[in-house]
Amino acid sequence: MELLLEYLGNNMEMIYFLVLAILLGVEVISNVPAILHTPLMSGANAIHGVVVVGAIIVMLQASPDNYLALSVGFLAVVVGMLNVIGGFVVTDRMLEMFKKKPKKS
Amino acid sequence: MISLNILEITYLIASLTFIVGLKMLSHPDSARKGNLIAAAGMLIAIVATLTLYQEFDSGKGLNYGLIFLGLAVGTGIGTVMAKKVQMTSMPQMVSFFNGMGGACAALIAIIEFQHHQHATVTGFDGELLVMLLGLLIGSVSFAGSMIAYGKLEGKIKDKVLPMNQAINMFLLAVIIILIGIQMFNGSDPLLFYALLGIALIYGILFVMPIGGADMPVVISLLNSFTGMAAAFGGFLYGNKAMLTGGILVGSAGTILTILMCKAMNRSLTNVLLGAFGVGSPGAAKTGSSDQTVREITISDTAVLLSYSQSVVIVPGYGLAVAQAQHVCHELEKLLEEKGVEVSYAIHPVAGRMPGHMNVLLAEADVPYERLQEMEEINPRLANTDVVVVIGANDVVNPAAKNDPTSPIYGMPILDVDLAKNVIILKRGMASGYAGIENELFFYPKTRMLFGDAKDSLQKLTAEVKEV
Repeated sequence: MELLLEYLGNNMEMIYFLVLAILLGVEVISNVPAILHTPLMSGANAIHGVVVVGAIIVMLQASPDNYLALSVGFLAVVVGMLNVIGGFVVTDRMLEMFKKKPKKS
Repeated sequence: MISLNILEITYLIASLTFIVGLKMLSHPDSARKGNLIAAAGMLIAIVATLTLYQEFDSGKGLNYGLIFLGLAVGTGIGTVMAKKVQMTSMPQMVSFFNGMGGACAALIAIIEFQHHQHATVTGFDGELLVMLLGLLIGSVSFAGSMIAYGKLEGKIKDKVLPMNQAINMFLLAVIIILIGIQMFNGSDPLLFYALLGIALIYGILFVMPIGGADMPVVISLLNSFTGMAAAFGGFLYGNKAMLTGGILVGSAGTILTILMCKAMNRSLTNVLLGAFGVGSPGAAKTGSSDQTVREITISDTAVLLSYSQSVVIVPGYGLAVAQAQHVCHELEKLLEEKGVEVSYAIHPVAGRMPGHMNVLLAEADVPYERLQEMEEINPRLANTDVVVVIGANDVVNPAAKNDPTSPIYGMPILDVDLAKNVIILKRGMASGYAGIENELFFYPKTRMLFGDAKDSLQKLTAEVKEV
């Protein structure tokens, strides 16, 4: 129990972030028209691709002779980047469809 | 030290772009810009991590080489896949990319576990817990997304194992126990990889019994899972860009999932437990089988349409599958030239995803103002001469209004049964994704036009030209 409290205490700043970001996420998404559900999901999908930053950090921390970490990390970078690029490009393609049409009055 | 401060500032900027981008994505006018802003923030975060995270260490040339190679490979494959994909296949593409993100989070947890093993901590170990949760959610999301992808591609059939729910509950219990043991007794590679394996199986069995029509909801849910997995990664490294980006998607994704469920007037549990077609009494054939449907010929349809005042087209997944959006637009233009007023009625969950039909019809150059949402069009349907239903089924099923035993009872539908004539383009008499018979097909004012949607529409267009 003490260890749990200690861990929470040490990470209080991050926990604040976590709680505030949860509330922010809820707030940002209120009142979305149904037609934007798909692009929005796709856009959010691209944003969580930020996990690729973690993959890069793993690679930077790995010692150059730790081949296991390097190969798994390499794979992580590839799939993470797939998520980022694929996500943003697909979203852009979807939204492009709406864009060139005259706006709804 | 200075470079580390700059790094933190770039993460702050990246976090801001994610928030602003997501906000802008939820309004039609700013959506595209929002996407680009978030993408720019992502680029900043990646470049900053590469250059500022550690001073360049020449001993790590191999690491840098591999990172750049990995980024290049991911970028290349991602761009090609995303550019080549057909508009109809967008939903499964999103699912695929989502699975990749989940895999990334799980892989990170695996490597971090290797490092962590050397540290011996007794009692509660927060770092280990975060790692295990990242592994768990990441792998569930990966396995689930791949199954969802396979199902939407038509490569995997809907399959319900006997006692599927019981097995899932059991697996969930095992997962909790595995995490619990490691919390109290410290990490153990065997338990760690057992958790990985069970999480993957759970992800598969979780999505397996869920019907195709509910897939968007599942993808949205898995999307928020991956967000959480990314956030756990951020927690592990004290990385604020990962934390904000991840948790933002985690919570926004959850809300979006609930919104989607609301559009179908069903609860999330109802979707996840797969109530459609399985074991619910309404799924059994309600209409007496002696009812007969009336067919209509292409030429009769052409005449009927040409001499109507107003026509409403109801597109559904069948239109998407047949790739019939272009020929559909052609028919609409022809009818307009003849002075027929044509509009499209878009049900919020038509197709495989909310907004799916809008994207598809927009691709075929259908003017935006022709697309009417359900609330706009419903009051006008009673004054409509002909409703043409193309490959849609459940969204026009009157059972949602008058049959309390039906699994879709309560779902808002397009009231096409109020129109003077209803023509249904359909391959055959198979029921829709919900697996329910549609009594609309047996109504006296309904006529069926069997065949592939694109084929029928092409013939119809040719015929309308002749009239």
